[in-house]
Amino acid sequence: MALVPLLAQQSPDRTRPPLLGPPPPLSLPPIQKRALSNGLPVWVIEMHEVPIAQINLVVQAGSGDDPAGKFGTASLTAAMLDEGAGSRSALELADAVEFLGADLATTSTFDSSAVRLNVPIARLNDALPIMADVALRPTFPEDELNRVRQERLTSLLQAKDDPPSIAAMAFSRIVFGPTHRYGTGAVGTESTLKTLSTQDLEAFHSTFFQPTNAALVVVGDVKADAVVAALEKQFGGWKATAPARRVEVPTARQLTTGQIYIVDKPGAEQSQIRIGWVGVPRNNPDYFPLQVLNTVLGGSFTSRLNQNLREEHGYAYGASSAFDMRLSAGPFVAAAGVQTDKTSESVREFFNELNGITKPIPADELTKARNYIALGFPSDFETTRDLAGNAEQLIVYRLPDAFFERYVANIQAVTADTVQKVAAKHIQPTNFAVVVVGDRTRIEAGIRALSLLPVRVMTVDEALGP
Amino acid sequence: MRLRVTLLLILLASLPIAAQVPARLEVPYRLFTLANGLTVILHQDKSVPVVAVNVWYHVGSASERAGRTGFAHLFEHLMFEGSKNVKEGEFDTLLEAAGANNNGSTNNDRTNYVIDVPANALELALFLESDRMGYLLDTMSPERVNGQRDVVKNERRQSYENRPYGMASIELDKMLWPENHPYNWPTIGYMEDLTAASHDDVAAFFKKYYAPNNASLSIAGDIDFDRTRALVEKWFGDIPRGGPVEPIAAPPAYLNAVKRKTMTDRVRLPRLYLGWLTPRLYAPGDAALDVASSVLSGGKNSRLYKRLVYDTQMAQDVSAYQQSGALGGSFLIVATARPGKSIAEIQKVIDEELERLRREPPTAREVERAINQTEATFYRRMERVGGFGGKADQLNGYYVAGGGPDYFAEDLARYTSLSPSDVQAAVTGWLPADRRVELVVEPEPEK
Repeated sequence: MALVPLLAQQSPDRTRPPLLGPPPPLSLPPIQKRALSNGLPVWVIEMHEVPIAQINLVVQAGSGDDPAGKFGTASLTAAMLDEGAGSRSALELADAVEFLGADLATTSTFDSSAVRLNVPIARLNDALPIMADVALRPTFPEDELNRVRQERLTSLLQAKDDPPSIAAMAFSRIVFGPTHRYGTGAVGTESTLKTLSTQDLEAFHSTFFQPTNAALVVVGDVKADAVVAALEKQFGGWKATAPARRVEVPTARQLTTGQIYIVDKPGAEQSQIRIGWVGVPRNNPDYFPLQVLNTVLGGSFTSRLNQNLREEHGYAYGASSAFDMRLSAGPFVAAAGVQTDKTSESVREFFNELNGITKPIPADELTKARNYIALGFPSDFETTRDLAGNAEQLIVYRLPDAFFERYVANIQAVTADTVQKVAAKHIQPTNFAVVVVGDRTRIEAGIRALSLLPVRVMTVDEALGP
Repeated sequence: MRLRVTLLLILLASLPIAAQVPARLEVPYRLFTLANGLTVILHQDKSVPVVAVNVWYHVGSASERAGRTGFAHLFEHLMFEGSKNVKEGEFDTLLEAAGANNNGSTNNDRTNYVIDVPANALELALFLESDRMGYLLDTMSPERVNGQRDVVKNERRQSYENRPYGMASIELDKMLWPENHPYNWPTIGYMEDLTAASHDDVAAFFKKYYAPNNASLSIAGDIDFDRTRALVEKWFGDIPRGGPVEPIAAPPAYLNAVKRKTMTDRVRLPRLYLGWLTPRLYAPGDAALDVASSVLSGGKNSRLYKRLVYDTQMAQDVSAYQQSGALGGSFLIVATARPGKSIAEIQKVIDEELERLRREPPTAREVERAINQTEATFYRRMERVGGFGGKADQLNGYYVAGGGPDYFAEDLARYTSLSPSDVQAAVTGWLPADRRVELVVEPEPEK
């Protein structure tokens, strides 16, 4: 294309930012709800921009459904699905999937499991039978289990070298305790991992991987009728056996006294700080006010925690907070990695902001937070993966069909009053657990001198348990 | 936009079964240059009401001088701290209040800035982006430099010093590149150089490198071409052109022997790094080395993964990759030993497998598998307009590399045209056993 030199026009008025027009409406592509002959729901969202398809099989069972004493079952089951399935070995599966240029992920969270296929549309029909084998007919070979188990045991060992991993695991264990499912990471512990057998994985798979306990989400360059017919061939013969009875994760007992835990990591150049307690489940009446509250507190770049710890004081590269909402109440946590010689100052600033958030939020700050969430909403619906992931949320948490259509209005309806009320309920810093992973010799005296909460010192092994 | 896919049916019939997606990738764009030298690339994609505003300044850590390493990246941080008509903090506040996200990144060769806005806020993004391009120094102060210096030092602590094996990549670059080569020092910089950076350095760097004639602006998304062009002219047209920026004269880089080093870290498992100097981005051999990395460590059937991680299980992980920049490339193989296993036995396997690839080409299936995966990633890269790696960023990257913004099909052809013997030749030519770097990270002795 020819280069067209242009003369600079008159200088624009830079004294104030340009006015914004009305925000563009987002028209979400419709979800076409179908079902296979065995009742397996199929949700299809057509998107024809790029010749690829995303096919997700979501199963209503995750680490929350791990049997007692067998933490890590769901996660290991998901990881083992592509280690042998149908008539193919682990190596044959990997070769077949990669040769198609496909990406086949088998994964799980605390609340659900999933097999997710992303593939160029021209190869969809070649990839679907492999996906169906992996999801429905895994063979769980003993030698592959031992290999994957060893990999996971080694990862647990390596996590003890990594301060953010230590902080996350210690925080969960302290807030939820060693027996509650949320007190231990999804992969389980060294001792539970060693006990898991192929029978445990087969039992988990046969109990929960059933057409009555799953759904398919299809997003991409497909036509609904054709793709449903193709899926019928691969998934239509999948038969339900006994009803899948899920394990209900009990609501964890809330913390009633605050405590600071220093986890000693000699030589650490930073201290990894985690502060919080038991938060809320996904289905809670304060969902929208909490989104706004957290955006103000630590959920955006201009949030108070990030502005304070990064921009104002320069103690950290970044600071944030989050409510991790699961089927049962997950953690609320505020987090940062801070320079070692500013650890106690940082803890104090965290508490200043956590206390401050319970006071009325100024109107402009509230508007900014609501707009950041509401106006930025369209970008969550750009890719096939984005859309499929959002559809999965509707399924796993049984949200109303119109959840996304009403999302923006629900955010914009949040008032300062409501935010203050939910803050008083969910942010009570005097009862929070504070985990600081750092060099004890350089941080303990300063933390004690804060006289903020009682202090306990632990080794990494004590903090993470057996 | 709708991706134009033209099936080449004749070609299809002659190809093996799985290579059946020979579609032409095409990303239509308009390109023009303002009088002050700013290059502008526009691309329309109305799939969601979002616009990506993406700026590349053609300066990275390779342009830094001795004693000021890390400066290009520190400077990137200062670009968010306000400019003549944007108060400190307002850059982010105005964007978040409009529902936008923004970020920046620095590497050896370039510094890029991304602003993703709802379509109605395009002009706000252009106002902010042009104000800092034209008028950053008007409100710059030593205090702002000090503030971001502390943040960047914490970034270095978090991402390098306090991260397991985090210092290895810095050591590796020092071993691979001669001391006077601009890839010798890390983009994050040395701590003492971050301490030394001054407000005067900021002014000089801005004047030299942050001029419209040393930048390119790519806008992709839900835009109207004519209106967007008029807005770009309005906001960027009055920014004065800067002086010419001379290309970097990098000294030759080569290894003529094996360089060995052992360092310690607070880790439980030893890790091996092997490094070679290789072709720069898009040069002959670059794509073949990408495919070689896939043959070696991409997936369970890859040669190193299968032997080290799958069969013998002496390694916890292994990866191989070609990382190429404007001034040169390096090829790395990294493997972590399982408890009780030694780096020596791992290195022996790696050397056996490299020797096998030098002796005989990989199988046709191995190469085709790698190419098919590469091809699929080209489609996945078409989905998002914004952020790092979105279409706006890719158009800018291809333009800067010199092939024109819509270089997607040509870039893919670099891979689809490769044969197994090309991969063998690249391994033989670029990954010799007797000219490389061997770095071992050992656990610190127990105190």
